[in-house]
Amino acid sequence: MTTDPVHEAINAVYIEHSRRVLATLIRLLGDFDVAEEALHDAFRAALEQWPREGIPANPRAWLVSAGRFKAIDGLRRRSRFDPLENEAGERADVAVLDTAAWADDESVEDDRLRLIFTCCHPALAADAQIALTLREVCGLTTEQIAQAFLTPAPTLAQRIVRAKSKIRDARIPYQVPTPAELPGRLDAVLRVIYLVFNEGYEASSGQQLTRADLSAEAIRLGRLVAELLPEPEVLGLLALMLLHESRREARTSPSGELVRLDEQDRSRWDRALIAEGTRLVRRALLSRRFGSYTIQAAISAVHAEAPDSGATDWNEIVGLYDVLLSTDPSPIVELNRAVAVAMRDGPESGLRIIDQILARGDLRDYRLAHAARADLCRRLGRVIDARTSYERAIALTKQEPERRFLERQLAQLPTLLRTPST
Amino acid sequence: MKYLCLVYLEEQKLRAIADTECMTCGDGFRKSGVLIAAEALQPIETATTVRVRNGKVSVTDGPFAETKEQLAGFYLVDARDLNEAIQMAAKIPPAREGSVEVRPVRELDV
Repeated sequence: MTTDPVHEAINAVYIEHSRRVLATLIRLLGDFDVAEEALHDAFRAALEQWPREGIPANPRAWLVSAGRFKAIDGLRRRSRFDPLENEAGERADVAVLDTAAWADDESVEDDRLRLIFTCCHPALAADAQIALTLREVCGLTTEQIAQAFLTPAPTLAQRIVRAKSKIRDARIPYQVPTPAELPGRLDAVLRVIYLVFNEGYEASSGQQLTRADLSAEAIRLGRLVAELLPEPEVLGLLALMLLHESRREARTSPSGELVRLDEQDRSRWDRALIAEGTRLVRRALLSRRFGSYTIQAAISAVHAEAPDSGATDWNEIVGLYDVLLSTDPSPIVELNRAVAVAMRDGPESGLRIIDQILARGDLRDYRLAHAARADLCRRLGRVIDARTSYERAIALTKQEPERRFLERQLAQLPTLLRTPST
Repeated sequence: MKYLCLVYLEEQKLRAIADTECMTCGDGFRKSGVLIAAEALQPIETATTVRVRNGKVSVTDGPFAETKEQLAGFYLVDARDLNEAIQMAAKIPPAREGSVEVRPVRELDV
């Protein structure tokens, strides 16, 4: 532990600038591994020189120059096979080189987008895109990512190594997609961000209901992309994440149990996040070029506006689900719409739709379909049906708090079966 | 008559034969005027599959997955990078019906 102010300043520079420096170094050096090594060398040089010479006026430019210098120097020495090469004895001093060639603001800002688009390139495996984005763009360590996704660290490290080799060997370019390619490529980036968010917000398995750190990273990524490329769907996704995040405190009880939306204490919702999310949804909707993230965010915003569950504008929500179904049809959207219909028109109407979905064979193994069905049957007093559906949902859930929630619901069903009144 | 000779190897045997030996073989064919083109390929991990469905290009990691699909032809193209190669692959008509695996060529290590 060091408390020396220069070291503290270097630490702060690392937190603020290391990812931008890395993004530029990858462009200049053309290789992820070489750039990462150069980044470390640059900070090592800073630790040596800055206490002596003071912190440079533009630390980021200094670090890029130092990193590039060290990398080129290293490559040169390696190619000479100099047997007398002695790293420890060599002077580590570097001067800030001519920065004009790379340092104009536009290309440096673009470097961060280049990095994101390269990490989320569709030619990389989906899980590798996530791992590489968290590693390179967010700066998480391999161990942190492995822990967050409950994956062994060596597996995750291997995934990252493979992805980097593919970038190099198949020559995936380090560039922002052309306008013609952009929609598809941006979809891939947004999908990665949303998957990271969801893994943090509704951890798909394990003891904890949420992993706040992953959600925070996803929101940070969302803000970054929104700042660099404010396309409507980017704003829509950021809004969606902020609106969900606003309920984080209220959706778990102090003992870590799941609290349903209609039972949440809405005074604990984060008003600042709701205000920001709602503003972003409006901006995205006004563009008239929005897609499914924006519509989902709009639905979330309608919930956020209601002082309590009863006061929710269910008609508006069903209408938004209709729009969502037309742009992005899926059985899960149909299920969510059915739940909203049940709130607007009564449980019977919602149950009819859910039974139709299940009868088609869709969502038979989706725990939330059975949980929703169980809830509607319970409200209709159909105890046997409710029990069967709760049991099915419990069998399908891999997440402890959710299992306990469903088991509580099941236990609260009337134990005495209703006997026919005839 | 032209024939395409496809070379198959298990992953751990990819480097079982020295590149120099392959080069010598190619040079021999070239001298006798029978060789049209020959290239070594990067391993399967570098493969990318391109499909076009309903006018939309889909790009996925890995080699083609449908076992029912059989090798039906090939294009050897010169592209600046993978993105350009993907754009070319998407223009190959059978990409609409089946899939086109894009695999980088490997320079022989001689």
